[in-house]
Amino acid sequence: MEAQEVPLLEMRHISKSFFGNQVLGDVSFTLGKGEILGLVGENGAGKSTLMKILFGMNEISETGGYGGEVLIDGTVVHFTSSLDALDAGIGMVHQEFSLLPDFTAAENILLNREPVKNHWAANLFGERMNIIDRAKLEASAKKAIDRLGVKLDADMVVGQMPVGHKQFTEIARELSKEDSDTAGKIRLLVLDEPTAVLSEQEAQSLLKAMKNLAAQNIAIIFISHRLQEIIDVCDQIMVMRDGRIIKQVVNDKNVNVHDIAQWMVGREISLDKQENRHFDYASHPVDMEIRNLWVNMTGEVVRDVNLDIHRGEILGIGGLAGQGKLGIPNGVMGLFPAGGKVSFEGKEVALNDPKACLDAGLAFVSEDRRGVGLLLDESLEWNISFEAMQVQGKYLLKKGPITWRDVNAIGEVTRTYIDMLEIKCTSSKQHARELSGGNQQKVCLAKAFAMQPKLLFVSEPTRGIDIGAKQLVLRVLKEYNQKYGTTIVMISSELEELRSICDRIAIITDGKVGGILPASNPSSDFGLLMVGQAVKGGN
Amino acid sequence: MSDLRLNKREKMQRFLADNIVPVLFVIICAVGIPLSGYSPNYLINEVITRIGRNSFLVVSLLIPIMAGMGLNFGMTLGAMAAEIGLILISDWDIVGIPGMVLAAIISTPISILLGWWCGTLLNKAKGREMVTGYIIGFFMNGVYQLIVLYLMGSLIHIRSSKLVLPRGYGIRNTVNLDGIRQSLDNLGAFRIAGIKIPLATLLLIALACLFVVWFRKTKLGQDMRAVGQNMEVARESGINVERTRVVSIIISTILAGYGMIIYLQNMGTLNTYNSHSQVGMFSIAALLVGGASVAKANIGNVFLGLILFHLMFIISPIAGKNLIGQAQLGEYFRVFVSYGVITLSLVLYEMRKKREIGYEGAQLAALQKEEESK
Repeated sequence: MEAQEVPLLEMRHISKSFFGNQVLGDVSFTLGKGEILGLVGENGAGKSTLMKILFGMNEISETGGYGGEVLIDGTVVHFTSSLDALDAGIGMVHQEFSLLPDFTAAENILLNREPVKNHWAANLFGERMNIIDRAKLEASAKKAIDRLGVKLDADMVVGQMPVGHKQFTEIARELSKEDSDTAGKIRLLVLDEPTAVLSEQEAQSLLKAMKNLAAQNIAIIFISHRLQEIIDVCDQIMVMRDGRIIKQVVNDKNVNVHDIAQWMVGREISLDKQENRHFDYASHPVDMEIRNLWVNMTGEVVRDVNLDIHRGEILGIGGLAGQGKLGIPNGVMGLFPAGGKVSFEGKEVALNDPKACLDAGLAFVSEDRRGVGLLLDESLEWNISFEAMQVQGKYLLKKGPITWRDVNAIGEVTRTYIDMLEIKCTSSKQHARELSGGNQQKVCLAKAFAMQPKLLFVSEPTRGIDIGAKQLVLRVLKEYNQKYGTTIVMISSELEELRSICDRIAIITDGKVGGILPASNPSSDFGLLMVGQAVKGGN
Repeated sequence: MSDLRLNKREKMQRFLADNIVPVLFVIICAVGIPLSGYSPNYLINEVITRIGRNSFLVVSLLIPIMAGMGLNFGMTLGAMAAEIGLILISDWDIVGIPGMVLAAIISTPISILLGWWCGTLLNKAKGREMVTGYIIGFFMNGVYQLIVLYLMGSLIHIRSSKLVLPRGYGIRNTVNLDGIRQSLDNLGAFRIAGIKIPLATLLLIALACLFVVWFRKTKLGQDMRAVGQNMEVARESGINVERTRVVSIIISTILAGYGMIIYLQNMGTLNTYNSHSQVGMFSIAALLVGGASVAKANIGNVFLGLILFHLMFIISPIAGKNLIGQAQLGEYFRVFVSYGVITLSLVLYEMRKKREIGYEGAQLAALQKEEESK
């Protein structure tokens, strides 16, 4: 790039806060024509918010707008909708596919922009009675596909495509928009995690397509967790963390994956740093064996997971969003269709059968606490005792032929857990809906504890709760493990949280176990595992 | 997902599981035909009559399915509109084809209005279109009764005493449609080997089928298919989802009205207070027997379903009589089977969806293994 040329896009001192919570602070960068910018950062680092600002999403203006300026071709712009952005020649391919499974690639690419032939009925009943011009439709679709420079059958039905082709279809759709009168010539494409769901080969051809586009002077902002890909295609690399740009480098050959991973997770966290206990694996037998587990959970697909879980350990399961870590407990506990083999204490556990899992002494605190975890309109007593009552027949009194609930025992156990977990409530009869998120989470834990499980899955126990409650939840889990020897498997997106209480941490990438390391290893090791790099010492 | 990885037996099992309803009916008919002792000529004649009578009604169901709104139980609204038209032309003594055309002209605005209203309501009950449409049908039945049983003859002037109840207002339970009886069926009709071919009726049905085929190719048809697959994706691309859905219900209601007129000209009598609800139930059952589901239906399903469903009705009374000495079996069968088929299809559809999810997952795992072994 010549330095004098006006950059295509410039963002100056962008800042944004949601309800006093600053998510972006002083972000500035420039992007030239035909340049590829790699944007890297952990979940919640502010990447999506930055892109939403660029596209003028309603969400931004509704929450008070943003600070700083966005310049296109050197002039300040203020988009109020993604249509404005499209008009300026900026397109975006989102992480989730927005495709219709029964339509062909061509039909999807030109969805609602289909070329039509005039039909007399249109004069009577309006434009939509015109006949779709199949030949033209396919020609326009092919034109967009050719620009992308990939092999993609325009006649193929999307539902039968491999994911890679679906991704190409999405990108081709953005490109084809410039042929309609509502959009400007496409000059900048934002690709949000386009390779996350692709196999390696598919990802390679996508990278090639990106280079093709760049050669046609289309600039690209490439958001990805796969650092090697970033290094392979990008001209510039920008690393974000906690709403700030931590590092912005020109991608000469001196940048390597290790550096980026460290910039990404870098912070040695301040969470109360405890020395990790020494867990003696030799004296604790393997309680749960998971073999070739697959789980079909939307957005968290598990492909082939093998894990051995020792009795009494705290095992952490981490990884980036969408890689499959959440699918593991949901699959094992029978909440999503799963296959493979899971055995507990030497006996095989039936999959797709939640009751069988609970009977075997497993319990699960779901990440979806309002949906799966709680009976929102029932009292705390009910919530805490319900599962134990249903599954284990606890807190019941048998008088003659009729079984009654043991109200006293229920009240007692509820109060015990309210004290133990410091649940803030007016009484044990308060409805779960009225509690704050953190306290609801504690109720979910109490419910699982009341079952006195042998193995407890805890999924995202600190998501969306404040720091005080977070510390308490982590402490209680650890104490419960020490006191009763309960095996705990904790799934969390926050690596530092896992490191603070777990003995070992397994990182899930691409639906498989990327590696298992002792929690005492430095965070950069886990960072590398998350982005699919092998680490020495991992098994 | 491709099903490359299935062996022959698994493929067969899948086919059977996916098409259990039509397969069941083929078996019933295959067993029943020899038991009934009817001649092929008689059976063919009967089946053709019933195809002529019912096809147009069943075709009217196709378009809402395309728009992802399921089986349009609200088609009874169109049938009611047609009945009002037919009562009026009977009163005015307009006979033959002109009478039918006039009835159609009267029914159209009523159908449009009812369809628009029904579609608007269904938009407020997305995902529960079928049960909502069904209940709307019951509700409108009340309004229909108010009009036909109380207002006709009092507020709406009816001249003919043959139509009005002896008390002076309200329409009789059965209305004789002698004026238009089979006037369409007999237009250009001819016989081949003793089998009556109602040419004009079949031509009209062919026209309706052509309309559906043509409609799929229009922009509106494409939009409906898009809306039917995923409302959110369609909306994102700028398609007016709500309007598209309402239009699909309006078209279905209008066609159901025309279908009802064809149906009643064949029957020759109008069962004033029952015809419409029966017709809705039997049309939907016939379509499902043809292998259609809540989400997918085509013209092939219409005709296969009509043939199988009505073949069973034709043979079941006599087969029942020959088998256990009771002809009532047929009438019992009619109702029992209709509701049974609808229930079975709805349950199977949900089960199939679940099975597909598990199947996709298994395939995912198989693919992964294959990739690894490379």
